[in-house]
Amino acid sequence: MTDTIDVIDHLVGITPGAPADALRSRRPITKEHAQKSWTALFEPVDASQASLTERFAVAVFVAALHGDKSIKEFYGTKLAGLQNSAVILATVKALAELNAAKGPYGHYPEGPLSAENTDGPALDIGPADRAILGDRLSAALEHAYLLTYHPRDASPAELQKLLSAGWSTTGVVTLSQLVSFLAFQIRVVAGLRVLAAA
Amino acid sequence: MSDTVIEPAVENPPVVFTQDKIGWTAWLQPLAESELTECHYEALVDKARAKSAYFALLVRDPDILEARTKTDNDIFYNTKDGLPRAERELAATAASRLNGCILCASVHSRFASQYSKREADVQKLLDEGVEADLGERWNAIVSASVALSTTPPSFTADHAKRLREAGLSDEEISDVVHGAAFFNWANRLMLSIGEPTPAN
Repeated sequence: MTDTIDVIDHLVGITPGAPADALRSRRPITKEHAQKSWTALFEPVDASQASLTERFAVAVFVAALHGDKSIKEFYGTKLAGLQNSAVILATVKALAELNAAKGPYGHYPEGPLSAENTDGPALDIGPADRAILGDRLSAALEHAYLLTYHPRDASPAELQKLLSAGWSTTGVVTLSQLVSFLAFQIRVVAGLRVLAAA
Repeated sequence: MSDTVIEPAVENPPVVFTQDKIGWTAWLQPLAESELTECHYEALVDKARAKSAYFALLVRDPDILEARTKTDNDIFYNTKDGLPRAERELAATAASRLNGCILCASVHSRFASQYSKREADVQKLLDEGVEADLGERWNAIVSASVALSTTPPSFTADHAKRLREAGLSDEEISDVVHGAAFFNWANRLMLSIGEPTPAN
């Protein structure tokens, strides 16, 4: 079961006694609460506002948008273990592949920083994929795309799209934490892989 | 019943990166203090945060807020060894500058200045952006933090080598990694569930 493995150690491939194990062990509170963050999001006490399928589908998507194959496969295996998820998994992976970009880009509030505005794609899921994913998950993936690549383009209107698709305010908070946590986890893993290989 | 967003009409919003104390207002309804239970207060970790719109909104999902806050506090405040606090704040500021989070950058640039006493260099990072020349050690930290913050991340052995040559141990490089990585979490939340408001 997942509560016996430390997910970041697992994703980096850290074995007991390895140099990267020592790097993590010297910060036991960080290690403990990075893991507790994962548990809070992916083994939640209350999944009423965001289902497990939604959580793992978004995770597969975000990992894929980060170009991280092994983390994508980790979450993909978890999603595949849930009922009726095969078509969703395939659709999410295909969407990520088709829409992969490089971030961050986006717009600043009007003023001197407007000179630094950079344009990039926004995700708009078409009717065929939407029919498979449903409105809630489609809206979640579109929002995850915004948060992953161009978070400074966020707006109340973007949150309204989630609410209109059936997300509650609390569900939006959970979804936002989940995507943002993954941005952290994927980068800790990327950094530790480099240090572990040294 | 369906929830609705808040569209605040912010006058004179902050439009540049600044070390000033600016504010923040939510786009979704935070919990009122009268709605908070013991479980919520535990998740807030610091009870005073009930008065912050940001934390009072995040506490709607208490378990992840509590774990996140404890991760945050250890990465930045646990300074009995490892990277000096000023340089953890520098990593946070560099990530925030790249991602474009004016509020996060204001808070953490202020800390970077306070702990380093290098306010002019910190301001240069805010004004000129992540390519600003801040001296080799700080340049190496900013460059590594920026490489980690791009999507996909582009942090490589060359960044680690440059940090080692600038005098950082692997333990300290790990602190840079965690500081920059954490702000990729913080920036995305702060940017997407509300917006900055001017200094009082």
